[in-house]
Amino acid sequence: MTPTVFAPTGIRFENIDKRYGGLYALRRVSLEIAAGECVVFAGRNGSGKTTLLRIAAQLARPSSGTVSFLNGGEERCGTLPPAGFVAHATMVYDELTAEENLLLFAQLQRIVEPAARAEALLQEVGLAERRHSLVRTFSRGMRQRVAIARALLNEPAVVLLDEPTTGLDTEGASWFAQTLRHLRDSGRTILMSLHGESEVSTLATRAIRLDAGAVVADTLTGANFRSILAFANA
Amino acid sequence: MALLSNTAVLLGKELRTEFRSRELLTTTVVFILTIVVLFSFTFDPSVSESRRFGPGLLWLAFLFAASLMLQPCFLREQNNDTLSALRLSVNDPFAIFLAKLAANTLFLLFTQILLLPVFSVLYNVPVLAAFPQLVLVMFMGSLGLSVTGTALSAISAQARMRELLLPLLLLPLLTPVLIASTEATAALLVPNPAMRWDWLGFLLAFDVVFLTALWLFGEYLLEE
Repeated sequence: MTPTVFAPTGIRFENIDKRYGGLYALRRVSLEIAAGECVVFAGRNGSGKTTLLRIAAQLARPSSGTVSFLNGGEERCGTLPPAGFVAHATMVYDELTAEENLLLFAQLQRIVEPAARAEALLQEVGLAERRHSLVRTFSRGMRQRVAIARALLNEPAVVLLDEPTTGLDTEGASWFAQTLRHLRDSGRTILMSLHGESEVSTLATRAIRLDAGAVVADTLTGANFRSILAFANA
Repeated sequence: MALLSNTAVLLGKELRTEFRSRELLTTTVVFILTIVVLFSFTFDPSVSESRRFGPGLLWLAFLFAASLMLQPCFLREQNNDTLSALRLSVNDPFAIFLAKLAANTLFLLFTQILLLPVFSVLYNVPVLAAFPQLVLVMFMGSLGLSVTGTALSAISAQARMRELLLPLLLLPLLTPVLIASTEATAALLVPNPAMRWDWLGFLLAFDVVFLTALWLFGEYLLEE
């Protein structure tokens, strides 16, 4: 990975509720994620993992409660420097090439020397030779690589990953685990949702289980860790 | 400055993706041609009737075409959730709207200019005498259609009955644009064409009001 310049950033969720009509997606979620932690959210479908990540990315507003970001001892409410977000959907344009996609988002994020940054990331995700191919011609795994490259364009201090290994084959998942290890070791704060245990989940330093929108278990690596992840498969 | 540069980057993306897929332009041009040809065969108007009813028919066709063209404007951002990627990337979400409405205005204007000679031949109405003025009226009318349509497209894209919702919201709201554009066009298709600045001013006021509303409240339209 390229050398990074970012301020380590933690996140604090305080009494977060998120309602869609009468349905609660999140109920009174309070969590403090320290800068540099690698947290995995586990839970059944509909347990609120995606909603929590989208609130952290500031793509969704909580119905009540606050999200604040802890940056170098300073607490800022609701103003996160843009997070790197990888969702189940690839969030890239099928009608553009891999390079055009990265250039587009690099220019929008006002990255200095966008072409060089796009080039470096294409190399890192192993798509340099397919840079001029339209994304619609890519396999699911290759699209996910473009998505990961897009998320890392602005050297984010916080990386949010919503089921990032969806569609990746064994080799792809292994590559992703390696990428994630680099991100974690570089001091980034990582929040990810996963279904069950995998090579990726073993990199987490903390596991949180959600059920019906509420936090029901929260543990650091240890005996309970595997049971929390296994629960997601239940 | 960031707003303008982001708008330019996004406009480039809109044009590139459209000219690669040609989905919107092809369907809209075919649709609008069909309507104008069908109107012509159905009514078989004389020259005086064409001058009287032609501008109205023309703008009705543009209006229907606009509702067709504007439908996928935000809908296709949902396929891969690219709208979220855009929201994460731009400081001011107004840039997303500005780029989309600029692209929609250009696409509409392009189809209108393409259609004008066909209209002239089928309805026996000369358009060359006041062509530059007609293009100005079409630009102002297209801008009105696009500003309103882009905003409503963002709203309807998140609704359950999105395919029905946009025309239902759009067509009544665009009645003032339809009237003003028709009147301004009609004044340019008579033997002694004259620019109706009053109707053009009305279009300008409509565009400014809706653009301001979009600038003030656009951010909320993109929220989940």
